[in-house]
Amino acid sequence: MSRRVAIIGVGMSEFGELWDKSLRDITLEAGMYSIFDAEISGSEIDAIIIGNMSAGRFTGQEHLGALAADMGGLGNIPAYSVEAACASGGAAVRHAYMAIKSGEHDAMMVLGCEKMSDVNQTEAMKTISVASDWEWEGLFGATFPALYAFIARRHMMEYGTTEEMLAQVAVKNHANAAHNPWAQFQRPVPIEFVMGSGMLADPIRVLHSSPISDGAAGLIMCDEKTAKKYTDTPIYIESSTQASDTLALHDRRDICTADAVVHSSKSALKKAGLKIEDIDVFELHDSFTISEIMLTEDVGIAEKGKGGQVVLDGLTEIGGQFPVNTSGGLKARGHPIGATGVAQIVELALQLRGDCEGRQVEGAEKGLAVNIGGTGATSIVHILGR
Amino acid sequence: MVGIIGYGVYIPRYRIKTEEIADVWGDNGPQMARGLGVFEKSVPGPDEDVATISVEAARNAIKYAGIDPRDIGAVYVGSESHPYAVKPTGTIVAEAIGCTPYLTAADYEFACKAGTAAIQTTMGLTQSKMIKIGLAIGSDTAQGRPGDALEYSAAAGGVAVLIGEDNPVATIEETLSFTTDTPDFWRREGEDFPSHGARFTGEPAYFRHVGEAAKAMLKKTDTTIDDYDYFVFHMPNGKFPVNMGKQLKVPKEKLEDSLVVRQIGNTYSGSAMMGMARILDIAKPGEKIFMVSYGSGAGSDAFVLKVEEEILKHRGEVPTVDDFIERKTYVSYAVYAKYRRKIKALG
Amino acid sequence: MAEHGVANIWRKQKSMYSIIGSKCTTCGEHYFPPRPVCPTCRRKGQLEEYQFKGLGKIHTFAVVRQAPEDFKRQVPYVVAQVELDEGARLTAQIVNIEPENVEIGMRVRSCFRKITEYGQGGIIVYGYKFEPTMKVTGHD
Repeated sequence: MSRRVAIIGVGMSEFGELWDKSLRDITLEAGMYSIFDAEISGSEIDAIIIGNMSAGRFTGQEHLGALAADMGGLGNIPAYSVEAACASGGAAVRHAYMAIKSGEHDAMMVLGCEKMSDVNQTEAMKTISVASDWEWEGLFGATFPALYAFIARRHMMEYGTTEEMLAQVAVKNHANAAHNPWAQFQRPVPIEFVMGSGMLADPIRVLHSSPISDGAAGLIMCDEKTAKKYTDTPIYIESSTQASDTLALHDRRDICTADAVVHSSKSALKKAGLKIEDIDVFELHDSFTISEIMLTEDVGIAEKGKGGQVVLDGLTEIGGQFPVNTSGGLKARGHPIGATGVAQIVELALQLRGDCEGRQVEGAEKGLAVNIGGTGATSIVHILGR
Repeated sequence: MVGIIGYGVYIPRYRIKTEEIADVWGDNGPQMARGLGVFEKSVPGPDEDVATISVEAARNAIKYAGIDPRDIGAVYVGSESHPYAVKPTGTIVAEAIGCTPYLTAADYEFACKAGTAAIQTTMGLTQSKMIKIGLAIGSDTAQGRPGDALEYSAAAGGVAVLIGEDNPVATIEETLSFTTDTPDFWRREGEDFPSHGARFTGEPAYFRHVGEAAKAMLKKTDTTIDDYDYFVFHMPNGKFPVNMGKQLKVPKEKLEDSLVVRQIGNTYSGSAMMGMARILDIAKPGEKIFMVSYGSGAGSDAFVLKVEEEILKHRGEVPTVDDFIERKTYVSYAVYAKYRRKIKALG
Repeated sequence: MAEHGVANIWRKQKSMYSIIGSKCTTCGEHYFPPRPVCPTCRRKGQLEEYQFKGLGKIHTFAVVRQAPEDFKRQVPYVVAQVELDEGARLTAQIVNIEPENVEIGMRVRSCFRKITEYGQGGIIVYGYKFEPTMKVTGHD
């Protein structure tokens, strides 16, 4: 029986347009807070893994591993980054999980970061587009919102999903973010405001979309034995799974189903010995509100086609049976691409610890996060338990 | 005998009315339209240029002719608005229609007659057996300086003609040219818009060259106006070809059908050829067409064509000139300015 | 080293100009863009070059209103997934139609357009877009 992997510390920089902070500032901030939270000494950390999508294009800086080890004063330990587009953060968490489980490392710092506001809109749009099949989608004028509009329009046609449903996801997530001190938008928005917001790519509106954000998130992960040295109540990673799908959305079997999410969430539940009903709190990748609707279906909260209805019914709000995106999600917490997958785990760990004042899911014991890359070509699922 | 074995045209979908342009410059729209004989002109979309227009026209020509594109041994694209100053449009066309790599290609420029010059070149190549089939294209996205008289007529469109000796739909019985050094219209390297000699473009330029080429052709073929069913003269506007017809005593009804300039403006290298294409869309076997192109700078190419029985087997395959003329969406001057890069800040 | 985009575009020019993909003679599937391996048959697959007819229908679409700089002149524009008659789907702009008239299921045919330009002094990228099928006089 291989060893269990625990999370003993979490840390975040604030998310938003952080004009006065650089990529190294925010990355260091998240790492430092996670060390403080774990009450661990930096000298105990034996490796750093970073989730980042495109620091090279966004800031002109690569080689983030060495940068983090250097800035954090963590010495000569191994440090490097992993990339899986918007799922880079999830990939970093999974990478640390495997490294610790295998016995190669005992205590790792996991970071996710992206500094997106240092480039202009055209550059930001193009950099985000490289998460899709750039050569055969982006180059031909399919912006990232357009690709999600493809899904939304088809979902609306096939299942009768409405504009109101798309909007309600944003309303719910903004309401949650109002209680998240790290969120980019800590305020509720009325549904009329969402439904009247500008069009990016019909039927996707500005307020259906996650923002351009700067931010970083960090975790201290270790094996169970090390964890017990620092805390009596570690949060455990019950399972970590990953699946892939076609890079281009047009090659999918069905563009309204993220097969990679179906596969990875099924196997994550199976490995953890759990059913969907056993999960108390979810972080589902809502880069656009249609993706939360689709993922709600693909993880099994709702039947296919009913993802929009469950939002209207309140099933996925805090207090509902399956609370989704208590942090505000990508929509309202913000979506600094590489940080997102790590920030999802931070939120679940805080929920399971009972540290989410104002947005706490009472008695939460199990949490599930889905972090997807591109339009769903990568899906990484983590189930946490206490 | 050498002739046209297939042809295809392309006209962009957008139109701007003469009145819309006149409003911007404080001109009297209806008067301007009547005076010029141009009521609206075609405008290329923001993603259209001479290469795209040429490819569309060439694909239509190939479909019309029913040939294997690999039998094309030469591609010549005539235009005064090639997308690159250096790098041929012809290679883009050749690649896109699937006739690469065993062929020769080059771009032509001779103001509005580069397309008919390409026809003459491919006639020579096929008749000398250097190639089996030649593709000659006249295509333009012409620009007029904002506020200049040319802005009312400078339009976009293209015509592709396949020249060969096997089963032509129209044989080319004769061709000749009349060429002098006459600077009536020009654009210097690096300039965005052309300049012209205003009224100098008339008598010493257009009328002299078209008229002399026409007379020389009648003399060479020992024919008279009565021997022809249709006449096509280059159409810088709707007024010049009509006046040319009057000078040569061409009955109005023999010229009328070619005057596409009224609805689409002057398609430059594709202008006379567009008129010819419209005649080929409707002419009966045995009928004869007399065409004279004109290119500033200056020269005219005259052609005598005879429509063959073969033409009846090819119609209905691709859109006609009228199909394209009727497919239209009007744009405002503002949208026209955006599409034609007259709004500089947009890059 | 090559000027931005030149070699990258040149490499796939045939596919972009004439919708050339691949067909697996083992399973009969058509793929666009061309694939190095048939994802269904893998090692048993036999892929050959295939030129699509360029006819199909709109599977889904979006009306893009916020676009990068090189597409600004075209906004609002329609981009769609087109399901080709042979079976493969691709992503392309839909032109020669007003955005409000585009519908899922609508028949379209390929046309040749400028896709983008790499700056004012850079290369021009050409390729396929799609348009509604056009009226042809005399065609039954």
